[in-house]
Parts: sequence; C-alpha cells; structure tokens
Amino acid sequence: MGDLFLSAMFHQNLALTSFLGICTFLAVSQRFDTALGLGLAITVVQTITVPVNNLIFNGFLIGGAWGWLGLPDVDLSFLKLIAFIGIIAAMVQILEMFLDRFAPRLYRALGIFLPLITVNCAVLGGSLFMVERRYDFAESVVFGFSSGAGWALAIIAFACIRERVRASDIPPGLQGLGSAFLIAGIMSLGFSALSRVAL
Amino acid sequence: MRSSLSHVTNPLIANNPITLQILGVCSALAVTTSLSTALVMSAALTVVLCLSSAVISLIRRHIPSMIRLIVQIIIIASLVVVIDEILQAYAFAISRQLSIFVGLIVTNCLVLGRAEAFAMRNPVWPSFLDGLGNGLGYSLVLILVGSVRELFGAGTLLGYVVLRPASDGGWFEPLGLMQLAPSAFFVIGFLIWAIRTYWTDQVEEVERPLVEERAR
Repeated sequence: MGDLFLSAMFHQNLALTSFLGICTFLAVSQRFDTALGLGLAITVVQTITVPVNNLIFNGFLIGGAWGWLGLPDVDLSFLKLIAFIGIIAAMVQILEMFLDRFAPRLYRALGIFLPLITVNCAVLGGSLFMVERRYDFAESVVFGFSSGAGWALAIIAFACIRERVRASDIPPGLQGLGSAFLIAGIMSLGFSALSRVAL
Repeated sequence: MRSSLSHVTNPLIANNPITLQILGVCSALAVTTSLSTALVMSAALTVVLCLSSAVISLIRRHIPSMIRLIVQIIIIASLVVVIDEILQAYAFAISRQLSIFVGLIVTNCLVLGRAEAFAMRNPVWPSFLDGLGNGLGYSLVLILVGSVRELFGAGTLLGYVVLRPASDGGWFEPLGLMQLAPSAFFVIGFLIWAIRTYWTDQVEEVERPLVEERAR
C-alpha cells in the first residue's frame, strides 16, 4: 500500500510520466492560484471516482458478474468506457451541486474548471489504469487519492516555475508553449528519479 | 474547391493541433516511443475524428444546447469502443502496447475541441474535411516524434535495424533516455521551437511584468 502510494504520487505520476491531463496541465498553469484550485478539484474527483468505478466494474461489467442471475457468460467489459465517463460526469455534477450548496467560496474559485474535469483524461485514465492493473477496492482508494494528489503536486510546482520563467529572457520561438514543454521534461526527470524511494 | 482544400491543409503546420492549438497532447507524448504505435494511434484518432465530426455535424440542428456535451461524448465514445474492439481483434500486440490510450481518445481534447469549435457550426462535408486535416496534422507530429524517439532510442525504424547498435557489432550507442518519459517533452518542445523559429508569426506574446518594472 505504501509503495502504491509513493509510486502513484511520484515516479508513476499521472501528469509527468503517463502524460495524462497534459492539455489542462499546460493550459491552466499560468498562475499559482488557479493551478492550486484545479489540483484540489482533481484530487477530490479522483478520490471519489476511482473507487466508485472499481465497484461498478467488478459488480456489473467484468466477465461473470451476472453469474447470480444465471448468465455466467455475459462479459460487458467493453462497455467500461461509456460507463466510466457517465459515472465521472455524474460525480462531477454532484460535487458541483454539493459545493454550490455548502462551500460557495470554493465553488466560485473553481468556476469553469469543475465541469471541464469530466473531459480531463487524468480522471478517465486513472479509472482505466485501475482496471488494467486489477486493483481491488482498498488499493483503488489509495490509488485514486495518491494519483490525484500527485497530479495536483505536479501542476502546482509547474505553475510556480512558470511564474518565475515568464520574467526571464528566452528565445522568441521558445516563449510560452515551447519552454513549458522543456520545463515539464526536466520535472519529469526529477519525478522519475524518485523511483528508488521505498517505504 | 480551394476553400474546402484549405480545411485539410491549414491544420497541417499553420494551425497544427498539437504545436499551436494545444489539443490532444497527452496521447502524442505517450504513444511515441516507437513508430509503429505512433502510426496506429494516428490512424485510430484520424478515423474517430473524421467520423465524429461528420456525425455531429449531421445532427447539429437537433442537439439541444443544454446537453450537447453529453451527446458529443456519447457519439465519440461509441466510435472509440468500435475502434478499440477492431484493434483488439486484428492488432492485439499493438493494442496491448497502446494500453489505455485508445480508450482515452474519448477524452482527447482534439476530438471534442473540433466538434465544439467546428462541427457544431458547419455542414457535413467541411466538418469531415476539418476532421481529416486536424487528424493528419496530429499524425504528422506523432510520426515525426515517433521516428526520432525510435531511431535514436533503439536504432530501429518500424522494427528494422537502421543504426546498428554497438552491442551487435555496429557503432551506434542507443540513447536509453529517448525511450523514457522526459524525452517526449523535450522532443516536442524542440519541435515547437524549430517551427516557431521558421514561422515567426506563431510566436506567443508574453507580458513580462517584472522586466518592465525594472526598466522603469
């Protein structure tokens, strides 16, 4: 469990080594405070959706799940994409209503980012990795939280570095997107170097 | 005719989805460790993009704007399920290597972005061509990055030995870094630098608050 936590957070970081959610990662990292809000939102959504999708997949979609109804040959796992995206959209919607009701300040701060999380590939990717690596329920809770927190850590650090780099004198062709890719590459080197850390 | 041709040629370099629009970057970084995975991924994405643009454009007058995102995602997801099943049936080894990234075409911002920005407002044929052009622009970057990473990381192209490695009696010392995650960022970063040095109109204007303050 500890190893899973460390690996999902650092050397198998969703953003920097699996390249998930990179579009948002590059587009929303201009400022520290928006990066912080988005990172928190992703962490919360990821912590909820991965375990829920785990239950749905093992309960309804995996081959043999309908055995108790006398249908042992039914294998619905090809439906996982559509089921997961539906669950994620529903969870984001519920979270949005919940925040609107109980934490309106956080809700306003997150603004447009909340609905956009539905189409963030880090969230869908987390659930697909959960299926591919056959995590059980407890592991999927740990994986959901630590991969979301790892993504948040990466985008917050990235936004801080970009705020510094914006003031420096770099070649015109590298300004903006070009330098962002190079910075992300160097950060990726740093995160993968942590693979030797173990609990 | 010329204008419909421009739907295809424009996104190749001048308005490339990856290097200028920042769309679909995730998969571009992840599947380019070898040329064969890059080719299969490009083909899968181009097919999905063409078909989804055409279908969404066909029913664009009947989609209520409240639920248009859900409708678009369902259409894209159904197409992706079909492609995924076809790949698993006919190219199982490569679909294992692509792992979750075929499924992630569903949330690929390139597909959804073009559906939202173009297909919702244009007739079927231009939308199809726009999908094709953006798919080809995406493929161009993927193939370029895939070739560089496979050639320098393993000395091969599509599995054929091009640069004979030193361990096999040749002279070439494979760069292990090219097969790892960071190099994907570096290769695309340098590619963007090269493109923007040549086509200088793509250079981003960046405001520099600190420098201006210091000058004052």
